[in-house]
Amino acid sequence: MTVAPELRTVDVAEVEAVVAKLCVEANHALREDHVAALERGRLAEESPIGREVFDRLLENARVSAAERIAFCQDTGYAVLFLTIGQDVHFTGGSLAEALDRGVAQGYRDGYLRASLVRSPVDRVNTGDNTPAMVHYDLVPGTGIELTLLVKGAGCDNMSALRMLTPAAGVEGMRRFVVETIEKAGPSASPPVTVGIGMGGTFDRAAVLAKRALTRDPTGSPSPDPKLAELEAELVDAINATGIGPAGFGGTVTTVAVHVEAFPTHIAAFPVAINLDCHSHRVRSVTL
Amino acid sequence: MTATAVRLPLTDPASLHAGDSVLLSGVVYTARDAAHARFAEAIDAGEELPFDVEGATIYFVGPTPARPGHVIGSAGPTTASRCDAYSPMLVERGLRSMIGKGRRNDAVKESMRTHGCVYFGAIEGTAALLSRCITSAEIVAYDDLGAEAVRRLTIEDFPALVVNDLHGADLYDDGPARWRRS
Repeated sequence: MTVAPELRTVDVAEVEAVVAKLCVEANHALREDHVAALERGRLAEESPIGREVFDRLLENARVSAAERIAFCQDTGYAVLFLTIGQDVHFTGGSLAEALDRGVAQGYRDGYLRASLVRSPVDRVNTGDNTPAMVHYDLVPGTGIELTLLVKGAGCDNMSALRMLTPAAGVEGMRRFVVETIEKAGPSASPPVTVGIGMGGTFDRAAVLAKRALTRDPTGSPSPDPKLAELEAELVDAINATGIGPAGFGGTVTTVAVHVEAFPTHIAAFPVAINLDCHSHRVRSVTL
Repeated sequence: MTATAVRLPLTDPASLHAGDSVLLSGVVYTARDAAHARFAEAIDAGEELPFDVEGATIYFVGPTPARPGHVIGSAGPTTASRCDAYSPMLVERGLRSMIGKGRRNDAVKESMRTHGCVYFGAIEGTAALLSRCITSAEIVAYDDLGAEAVRRLTIEDFPALVVNDLHGADLYDDGPARWRRS
């Protein structure tokens, strides 16, 4: 006999309030582990200008958190990753609409910039930074995990996706990563955090890359030893470019490379590279 | 690193060199993608620009809303290259400096050298600190663009580095070249 699972009921108003709070927190205060990553970068940096850039980034983090103002004026897209237990039942209306109301509320409360336009063609500002860019995952159980990535456009614009061949392999992927970083140069606001999605389909690789940026703590290695090794090699290759903090020249161009992989086709090797600027803003909660 | 105090508008742009650390004081006008598109429309239509470009400085920025009692919100530089298509027409009309982040294309660099315009680089992730260097802000045009409206800012001791000077040097080439490992 199959026992019917116990459903958990959640009012979308609860999710809305959490999203609003996360938007404010993420934009005003860098996550502690990212501050720690910047401090490690400061110690490793050899260029005097580069060290000064790190000092100013760290001072900016202290000031923005203390004065409750945005760390960066580009308060970005609100990218939400929702991992929802399949036995959760949402009440009180549309979850998607609640997420947008939460973003709008948070951006008002936090004095954050409305940066989204309703269409790439007519470019009229939506006025409240909606819609949120939402990714849903369904998993067993009754839990809800919500991660907000505040994604600046300058570095998103410098991101890239390429459908490599299996023959190009990991070496082709390395070259593609370095090429993307070189092309981005100062425009991605280094030191960058690099999210790489390998495998899956065209679309899956891009989502993996974005999700990779949210790894906590920033700069922690992949649990897969092969990927962890690749991450360390890529950090070295990226830092060898000499682009440095703010692109003024230096030995630290990235503070973290996070690689995520997924099964793919016998004919395919999709690689997506999503760059995040020195204003790396992520917050997560479990509901 | 010792920074040199520099007044805007620049009176001696040739004295600046790529890599110089400066503290800028004076008046700047904010403009980014949407405002530049309107400048181009105005020029095409033979209309006046909303401020006198001769000698002026453009800061590529779209600030966050100001908290009550604050002059302005966070205000770091945005990527200047998105305005590369428009900058030469302003440089030809006397624009003397620009503040932003990221490389400029060859057409912009050539027009800057020809007409005497300097490009300064600031650090985007210092937007909260930079807002403290802004002592006044007023919208002068395109109010409907919100964060992208053209604002007249007074800045004091605003930290930046000279990226493109009048002598052909580019900090975004020279800095990384010094630290590159082969």
